[in-house]
Amino acid sequence: MSFKTNCLAAVAGLALLCGTAQAQTLRYANQGELKSLDPYTVNETTTHAHLGHPYEGLIRRGKNLEILPGLAESWTISDDGKTWRFALRKGVKFHGGEDFTADDVVFSADRARAPGSNVQTRVPTGTKVVKIDDHTVEFQLTSPNPILHYQWDTWYILSKTWAEKNNSTAPTPASATTPTFASLNANGTGAFKVESHQPGVKTVFKVNENWWNKSPEHNLKEIVFTPIASDATRVAALLSGEVDVIEPVPIQDIQRVNGTGTVQVLTGPELRTIFLGMDQVRDELVESSVKGKNPFKDIRVRKAFYQAIDIETIKTRVMRGLATPSPLMIAPELFPHTGFTRAKFDATEAKKLLTDAGYPDGFTVGMDCPNDRYVNDGQICQAVVGMLARIGVKVNLNAQPKGQYFAKVLKPGGYNTSFYLLGWTPGTSDSHNVLFDIMGCRDNPASSRGEANVAGYCNKKVDELTDKIIVEADKAKRDAMIKEAFQIAADDFGYIPLHQQALAWGVSKKVKLTQRADNAVHFQYAVKE
Amino acid sequence: MFAFILRRLFQSLIVMLSVALIAFAMFRFVGDPVNQIVSIDTPQAQVAEIRRSLGLDDPFLVQFARYIWNAARLEFGVSYQFRLPVISLLGERAPATLELALMSALFSLVVGIPMGVYTALKRESWLAKVFQAVSLIGISLPTFLIGILLIYLFSVTLGVLPSFGRGEVVRLGSWWTTGLLTVSGLKALVLPSITLGLFQMTLIMRLVRAEMLEVLRADYIKFARARGLKTRAVHFGHALKNTLVPVITIAGLQLGSIIAFAIITETVFQWPGMGQLFLRSVQNVDIPIMAAYLMLISFLFVTINLAVDLLYAAVDPRLRATVGAH
Repeated sequence: MSFKTNCLAAVAGLALLCGTAQAQTLRYANQGELKSLDPYTVNETTTHAHLGHPYEGLIRRGKNLEILPGLAESWTISDDGKTWRFALRKGVKFHGGEDFTADDVVFSADRARAPGSNVQTRVPTGTKVVKIDDHTVEFQLTSPNPILHYQWDTWYILSKTWAEKNNSTAPTPASATTPTFASLNANGTGAFKVESHQPGVKTVFKVNENWWNKSPEHNLKEIVFTPIASDATRVAALLSGEVDVIEPVPIQDIQRVNGTGTVQVLTGPELRTIFLGMDQVRDELVESSVKGKNPFKDIRVRKAFYQAIDIETIKTRVMRGLATPSPLMIAPELFPHTGFTRAKFDATEAKKLLTDAGYPDGFTVGMDCPNDRYVNDGQICQAVVGMLARIGVKVNLNAQPKGQYFAKVLKPGGYNTSFYLLGWTPGTSDSHNVLFDIMGCRDNPASSRGEANVAGYCNKKVDELTDKIIVEADKAKRDAMIKEAFQIAADDFGYIPLHQQALAWGVSKKVKLTQRADNAVHFQYAVKE
Repeated sequence: MFAFILRRLFQSLIVMLSVALIAFAMFRFVGDPVNQIVSIDTPQAQVAEIRRSLGLDDPFLVQFARYIWNAARLEFGVSYQFRLPVISLLGERAPATLELALMSALFSLVVGIPMGVYTALKRESWLAKVFQAVSLIGISLPTFLIGILLIYLFSVTLGVLPSFGRGEVVRLGSWWTTGLLTVSGLKALVLPSITLGLFQMTLIMRLVRAEMLEVLRADYIKFARARGLKTRAVHFGHALKNTLVPVITIAGLQLGSIIAFAIITETVFQWPGMGQLFLRSVQNVDIPIMAAYLMLISFLFVTINLAVDLLYAAVDPRLRATVGAH
């Protein structure tokens, strides 16, 4: 029976009751599609957020990204920091009726690390996962790791018996030649079950009446998800009331959407940091008028670039106010920015620094930029080109779709760039990831350190601190070391952090929803009138 | 005749092979598919492993030969983004595209022919001028703009028609889905069909108008009038009938382009068809889908052209004669 007929029936006597406790259908549109239901196939925020409805991890992240018990009720860490013991929640059942036990955790750990999995980093290499009893699991690490569980909110636990029964014990690899059962079906322990799934067309989630959490915050009976790639259509669908929630709202439409009165745009800072990088490795830049030397090896040139950029103009004009300028390469939600400020915008000072460095007339340099990856990425780069022109640097901008862009600038393309714009969200929600992946020296080809360090910024002191940070369990000491490392990198002007872009979700006024800074749209907290 | 058919078939095969080769060569410039599969912080060793397992490390010609060999056996591989066989993805979406194309073709004929007749008969009336103006819009405005304008008017402002999707669909048989049997399905078809069919409609309207004007000057129309036939019978029984031959030829040929150019309309209306799948695949560097779609479309055009050629040969004895002389 639909909500309407219920209301009609109740109109005579109980009109007041209707509309409050009714279970609702929520319709949601996102610009990207849900590509696979196998939670180990794609390592990407939107997919993880979708799969967070049918699946759950050992931990959860709350509304403010705080770590909460999930399928594990509690955990203890041994004194040497190498053994983690998790007490699993009892009485939990998978959607298919299977009991959730330690076997499922051990199985999921093996599956996540199997070839073809894209979430291999969730469980560190060499870790032994041992079943102690049906509801206790021990993780035995090779070295202490205080952030072992940080990413486990998106390491979803699968049922061992279900996977074995349906021939899905191996993760669906990128090169699968036949579809696996797990990529088209889901069997988790979460608040919603997958009712139907047409890849790229529509996915329907139904409420799980047997969820272990007996007092869910949401009042939904169903979530209908449709991908709508076209910005204009997505906004129109929200305005016409055909969908209740959309993500994202293009920033040029925010004012118009808010002006309608029936929908509103929730905005907030996102965890992703947008930054500029300058090649500091090559002895001669790939694309520059300066021959025989690399101007970016000179800290004065890097500082000049930094100070030539008018971050406030980028914020107000390009981002229409929806950006938070950042002095650090990490969002303030993940590491506090206290004690850090951006080097002041000062074109005269920048010009002087360039002159001191031996480039009184500036020079020419090529710049690479994606134009369909981050919010207004292409426009940001154009603005940067204009700002650098003021200090005499001529930038040849090459803005292209992400497919080509990433192929050119990342490691497989041989870091083929001189100056570029990139965005980064640490997958672990922790500073170590930033220090290791984008600020670590790339000089050891055998190590994965600095693989995303396209600029090749390198300071051995940062590396030393990074190695201590990964094993330090004392939070105060650890934070002090992180701060020191970030300070060194900031003083080196190794990168030019720009801002954290804003999230923009379009939400019908009938729906109450919590916006999380990691841009994961979770309807466990959604209440619809 | 047999030699003629054989030669045309052979030519068609060459065309399709060339399309495949050009498409395949272009894929080298659309970017790295592996980056779309992995996350930015995926270890590079793992990235290299995925690239190797997809066979992307092999030389261009090896990849191409492997592709043709598989395509010949109707194996188009597995989509990088969905991890599903391309053939089943395209098959699942074909009904949506075909239904939309058919409805647009129908719309363009049902609306275009009367409009063309009217503008030919009442050249000076204000309504004919309005039709002419509309046809100008249909010819000159880009499809995506027409689509967005229609959405804005009928979905957002008036709230009468849906802005995206196919509505409720009914499953017929094992794989065909149709929106023609439900109210929401029919409503969902209106705006995309108009958007997609508008260009064809104006084309047909202008064609019918020009042909009608031509035919109306012909002697047999004068004789028909002289015989004292009713105007209605002259216009529709004699004039219109004779204009329809080229119209049907054009409409038939255009059906291929409607299917091929549904890409934009499908994207604007989030229509779950093959064109939308193709465009998303370009963005996601999903080479197996792109390749299969291009092959499919080239097959469509080759088939239509072949059919037309054969029909002409059957209809026109002169053509047959020259063929025989070769």
